[in-house]
Amino acid sequence: MSTRLDSPAEAAADATPAGNHARLVRRRRLSRWDLQLSPYLYISPFFILFGLVGLFPLIYTGYLSLHDWDRLYYQRGEYIGLENYRFVLTDPVFLKSLVNTFSIFLMSSVPQVIVAVAVAALLDTHLRGRTFWRMSVLLPFVVAPTAAVLIFGSLFADKYGVVNAILDGIGLEPIRWHVDRWWSHFAIAGMVNWRWTGYNALIFLAAMQAVPRDLYESAALDGAGRIRQVFSVTLPMIRPTMIFVIVTSTIGGLQIFTEPRLFDDTPQREGGPDHQYMTSTLYIYVKGIEDQFYGRASAAAWVLFLIIVGIALLNFGITRLVTRRQA
Amino acid sequence: MRITTTGPGRRPPSHRGRLALGAVAALVLGLTAACGDDSDPTKSADQEELGEGESLTITTFGEFGYDELIAQWNEEHPELQVEQTKVSLWDDWKNELNTLLQANEGLPDVVAIEGDFMPALVAAPERWVDLSSDEVDGRWLEFKSAAATTSDGALLGYATDAGPEAICYRADLFEDAGLPTDRAEVAALMTTWDDYYALGEEFVAESDAKWYDASGSVAQAMLNQVEYPFEQADNSVDVENDDLRAVYDTVTGYSGSLSTGVSQWSDDWTAGFQNDGFATIPCPGWMRSNIRDNTGDPAPNGVVWDVADVFPGGAGNWGGSYLSVPKSSAHQEQAKEFAAWITAPEQQIQIFEQYGNFPSQVAALEDPALLSSTDPYFNAAPVGEIFSNRASAITVQPYHGPLYSDILGKFQEAITRVDQGGDPEESWETFVTEVESLQ
Repeated sequence: MSTRLDSPAEAAADATPAGNHARLVRRRRLSRWDLQLSPYLYISPFFILFGLVGLFPLIYTGYLSLHDWDRLYYQRGEYIGLENYRFVLTDPVFLKSLVNTFSIFLMSSVPQVIVAVAVAALLDTHLRGRTFWRMSVLLPFVVAPTAAVLIFGSLFADKYGVVNAILDGIGLEPIRWHVDRWWSHFAIAGMVNWRWTGYNALIFLAAMQAVPRDLYESAALDGAGRIRQVFSVTLPMIRPTMIFVIVTSTIGGLQIFTEPRLFDDTPQREGGPDHQYMTSTLYIYVKGIEDQFYGRASAAAWVLFLIIVGIALLNFGITRLVTRRQA
Repeated sequence: MRITTTGPGRRPPSHRGRLALGAVAALVLGLTAACGDDSDPTKSADQEELGEGESLTITTFGEFGYDELIAQWNEEHPELQVEQTKVSLWDDWKNELNTLLQANEGLPDVVAIEGDFMPALVAAPERWVDLSSDEVDGRWLEFKSAAATTSDGALLGYATDAGPEAICYRADLFEDAGLPTDRAEVAALMTTWDDYYALGEEFVAESDAKWYDASGSVAQAMLNQVEYPFEQADNSVDVENDDLRAVYDTVTGYSGSLSTGVSQWSDDWTAGFQNDGFATIPCPGWMRSNIRDNTGDPAPNGVVWDVADVFPGGAGNWGGSYLSVPKSSAHQEQAKEFAAWITAPEQQIQIFEQYGNFPSQVAALEDPALLSSTDPYFNAAPVGEIFSNRASAITVQPYHGPLYSDILGKFQEAITRVDQGGDPEESWETFVTEVESLQ
């Protein structure tokens, strides 16, 4: 940003007689401030909001994580150093929740991105009623997660669920969706995928439409078929978008909360009675809100934050590597 | 705006950059200080008049049966309108309540509290309004009001209902399995837990249905006959006691044979009512409306619910709630007035007749309207008489310390783990560890 621009005000100031000097100096100063400070003023709402709802909670959480918590009076207790971190990192439930988080994340994000690319590639062809198809894939995204879980809850109920009725009908053993750890992850990942695949597909579609059409023409002239075109033209051209989607779905995938929380039909809702599908965000909620240990919940939140930052940095590294190779 | 070639990231931190950092730091520190300086939750809020269009708020969970009564109140008191929020499950409301208490903001004027949670209020009484008054003195069964009274004599909650337990059973399934269906005969067959389980084994041999609705519900029923289930009289936690272990071993021992294996209040549990999933259910007064709603009213073809005037092992009380007023309420007098009205015997009898929630008010228990009441849905059983008998048979009031509600949740989870095929010993150890981490 340039600050050395001659403004009309400054130009005018130079031309006035010396009698008004003091006033002019003030005015000039004001206009310089205007130039220098206004941009910051305009972007400040974001930073003020971020400070209030992002940065402050982050730091306050860190502060709480070093303190005990008075459960009866819901108040901060005394300073206890890293005790909460010791508790969290040695808590088998937390470690279990980390494994669950990564398992659900892999089961959701990986197929999600692959299917989204495939759907986008299909939508990018000359379909009849294109807008209709494009809007349809977004439909699950409009459904509130809570409603989606209700639907999936009756699909994946252990005893009287639709999926098990079908399995039973074709002579297979019913699956205990709320009991078997990996199957429960599968069901939860299914909900996440159902909701987000269409959304990601539309982002990919937007990127695909920005790919110059003449590339396809020359590829076709070179004898590349449809599939070959997708792999050799489309995918390399939408790589930055892929990375964007991968990063956002990584962050989202590591913070899955609503689905496991509501998928659990025991009254405690702690991600299954044996914490089969308790994710780390759910662990934080259970520790903080249910068990009323804000310090431990805060410590767990910071551990999860650091893990996500670590993975985001990893993604950033990959991004740089890929973009550099492209250049 | 002109795009410069040097991006902001490459420039060494300028004077202005440091200034910005300083500003952010000041902002954060300022906020931390502002929040560290918590408003005192034990201080009473400034009292205000209800303005135009404002209502007194009350949040209940499950089914308190207040819809009609609140409509009636609102008609009679145009100047004091009441607005009810209903949460479906206590566990969900408890979490929200904890959050609101922590923020000390957004609490309704009248808060419904499940009986198991009352000890936590009594342990931290400064946050709640003392509701005692001459008008309500002696209104409730001794054990109900005692549980809500602090050592200083402050009454922190008006009791709504009590949960004397009977056994509700499916007469049609009993008949199919060759068991007697008459409620007096059924009652004679299950006076002890041993009899109850033995009859269950007889039943499941002859039927596709299970004996009871959920392991957790029978466990809860048995727990309500243990004097010190989780905590000793000095509130020290002791879950490795023989009584508790006996309940655990019995219930998990029958987990595969007599229990449906689903957890109570789950979708599968609800579906079990309609799918002939089980034949009996421990049945506090308030359970009747759950049975009716889950089975369907009118009952599906052939389904006959009945209630036997018996409870294995003597008697027990399950649940029963309170209405409390937090000090954060700006309308404490009005809240108290309304809570006193809606927990009065006359209102509670009306709720009993409509919803089945059994009154905890002495006057209501002696009321002829209550004693003569029958329930057509339960094969015209004399429910008033049955639940009165069950209430007067109660001898043991289990001791509930401030952690009772939390530990109960973990205990239920431990049983559910075994229901789902987990090893009972392993699950018990997990339970003990989890209880330790609550302290």
